[in-house]
Amino acid sequence: MIQKTLDKLRPHFEEGGKLSAFRSVFDGFETFLVVPSTTSKSGVSIHDSIDSKRIMSFVVIALLPALFFGMYNIGYQNYQAAGVEASCVDLFLYGLLVMLPKIVVSYVVGLGIEFVVAQWKKEEIQEGYLVTGILIPMIVPVDTPLWMLAVAVAFSVIFAKEIYGGTGMNIFNPALVARAFLFFAYPTSMSGDKVWLAKDTWFSLGNIIPDSHTLATPLGEAAAHIAPQGDFWTYCVGLMPGSVGETSVIAIAIGAVILLWTGIASWKTMCSVFVGGAATAYLFNISGLADNAVAAIPWYNHLVLGGFCFGAVFMATDPVTSARTEGGKYIYGLLIGVLAITIRVLNPGYPEGMMLAILFMNMFAPLIDYCFVQRNINKRLQRTKTK
Amino acid sequence: MLRTIKLKKGLDIRLSGEAEPTFTPVEQSTLYAMRPTDFHGIVPKPVVKPGDKLRAGDALFVDKATERIRVVSPVSGTVKDIVRGERRKILSITVEPSATQVSADFGKVDVANITPDALIELLLRSGLFAFIHQRPYDVVASPTDTPKGIFVSAFSKMPLAADFDVVVAGRESYFQAGLKALSKLAPTYLGISPKQAESAFLPTEGVTVTVFDGPNPSGNVGVHINHLAPVNKGEVVWTIGAEEVIFIGELLSEGHVNLKRRIAVGGSEVIHPEYVETYIGAKIGDILRNNVTNSEYHIRIINGNPLVGTISSEDDFLGARSTELSVLPEGDDKHEVLGWIAPRLNQFSAHRSYFSWLMGGRKSYAPDCRIKGGERRMIMSGEYDRVFPMDIYAGYLVKAILTGDIDRQEALGIYEVAPEDFAVAEFVDSSKLALQRIVREGLDTLRKENA
Repeated sequence: MIQKTLDKLRPHFEEGGKLSAFRSVFDGFETFLVVPSTTSKSGVSIHDSIDSKRIMSFVVIALLPALFFGMYNIGYQNYQAAGVEASCVDLFLYGLLVMLPKIVVSYVVGLGIEFVVAQWKKEEIQEGYLVTGILIPMIVPVDTPLWMLAVAVAFSVIFAKEIYGGTGMNIFNPALVARAFLFFAYPTSMSGDKVWLAKDTWFSLGNIIPDSHTLATPLGEAAAHIAPQGDFWTYCVGLMPGSVGETSVIAIAIGAVILLWTGIASWKTMCSVFVGGAATAYLFNISGLADNAVAAIPWYNHLVLGGFCFGAVFMATDPVTSARTEGGKYIYGLLIGVLAITIRVLNPGYPEGMMLAILFMNMFAPLIDYCFVQRNINKRLQRTKTK
Repeated sequence: MLRTIKLKKGLDIRLSGEAEPTFTPVEQSTLYAMRPTDFHGIVPKPVVKPGDKLRAGDALFVDKATERIRVVSPVSGTVKDIVRGERRKILSITVEPSATQVSADFGKVDVANITPDALIELLLRSGLFAFIHQRPYDVVASPTDTPKGIFVSAFSKMPLAADFDVVVAGRESYFQAGLKALSKLAPTYLGISPKQAESAFLPTEGVTVTVFDGPNPSGNVGVHINHLAPVNKGEVVWTIGAEEVIFIGELLSEGHVNLKRRIAVGGSEVIHPEYVETYIGAKIGDILRNNVTNSEYHIRIINGNPLVGTISSEDDFLGARSTELSVLPEGDDKHEVLGWIAPRLNQFSAHRSYFSWLMGGRKSYAPDCRIKGGERRMIMSGEYDRVFPMDIYAGYLVKAILTGDIDRQEALGIYEVAPEDFAVAEFVDSSKLALQRIVREGLDTLRKENA
């Protein structure tokens, strides 16, 4: 039945049809609803059932536990700040209502640009933004205004992705570029102690909290030379202030299992990030930087604080912007871990080093790959020389 | 003790309708044809006219450049037509068979005493040289080259591929004679699968036998070459199908060309999947008569196996190098709602976001020919390398071909590959790039540039 409706609608969208300006939108929805029945004309007659739609959807599925927990945490922080008791359902619903506009804005702006570009280049819609679109609202502070979000999304989709040629061609992770854009363009709205709390009511849920109320993240406290008080398990559960998706290590771990099990994320990259981070944090622990509260955070706490886990699981493993050679993935991951902790400890201006570490390594991934590919090339050259 | 090379990379695909090891000789086909497209790299020049009488082993066309490489008729009979396509390109030369088969006599040869030059001359005259391919470029070899090795693979792990043990049964001595003759031309390497270590066609004389233990494409000669004697710039190796080594052996032992082979007929749309004995170039409709399910949906006939074979039809002819015929559902009349997120329990995937890995390779699948996704840029990394058991960065090589960077293609090892080596990678590719076509075009361009 769906097929018949689509067949009836198609002529309007084809070249010369009334709605041909929306051809890419129609194609996008058609392939979304019905698997295209195109068959191969050359090469292999049979194909694996996998396609990029399914891969991207699985990344989104892997992100859902962290997203849902983040929503609950938004409600939890709000009600706790107001000192009001509420049921779990209320807490979650409040968080859902706070997050929904952000997700909608992110998708509408981002996909809108993608549709326009696809139409202009006469290409199919690329699915990459499905993931980016849900990532962006999850890595910004909950109090980020919607218009800022929209500007950041537009900036990153156009300047971090489309000008390079679209999904698969970009150098930097678009979601992180959006966050970096916000971070440097609107620093006061993106860091400090005031941004980690949703302060308004939504449909009679939640509480209005005065602007003077502040909530500091553990890393923010440490940067201000206050030793954070929580223990490892508090940080793992994640009922604490922070960007929406990054606080709960347990929820992120569920996502990590999905990504590793399906093989979408590389375990090489993911594990090396943790190894690099742990080793660096341990070195700072024993280095005796007495006046640096961040250096004194035990190495195991470093790994579960801030965006480290979220970055390691969902950002560093982005196949497009990470190293593409298998050996390169170890080095790429290791250096992200090292850099993230180093930035955290040595630069109190940026208590969250993960974003900068990953963006920095995005830039160096091609160089790492170059070395590995060149080794293969040299081996081949050597073969002719020894004869 | 045979040397064993273990390969981890690759992917075995089990399809339903694998041929049973029984065989039926099919009746004489009504029409035979040799197609120049099966002999990639030579420009054909016909040497017959419609109406000419031929014996089996008489030339149909030769290569235009040297006129030394011949392609001969598999049967005796009358030339029916020279079928031409666009821009008068020759598509096939058809032959109507005579009631009794008459073969051209090339004289019996004692393999032990023949000189390499005489052997090449004999292979050229009998049309069997045209079956020898070369790397680089994966084209018909040139008789003036001196190869650094000749590679033969006695097995294929491609889905629905013919089992060489069934094909060679009863003709082992021809196979051994053929290998012995080839080893006069250059060091000859035979690759076998672990279960063939006790096969009746062993031992072979003058040939290095290596066991390749691993999933598809471990049976590809390209993989064997890469592990035993990788092709460097300026070097040439020759490859020839194991079935065609039997032709050479029979030519030397009996003095005539007998292009009869056993092919596997398989696939989910075949009623009795089994082996069939026929001359190459037979009309496919005659081979498959009464053996294809009478389904209401579209089907696809593939000249070869589903990964490497070409799309064909009942009016087409069995390819000169095809070792099997496969029949699968086409799938262009199938509409699957929201398939990309559905569980798809009955579809095979190497990816763990599907559940076919739960079956542990025991279940066989009956896929159709849909691509099941749009073409994308390379997004996932390492997808090709996982199923590409060679010391080559497949993804980078494909990119170098797409960008037309010849120096980089050379550096990354394009001389060592053939399109078929990319077949499994093309199957698993989530970006749905037509890798075999890309590599074929890359090799052809490179050959023109280097000529």
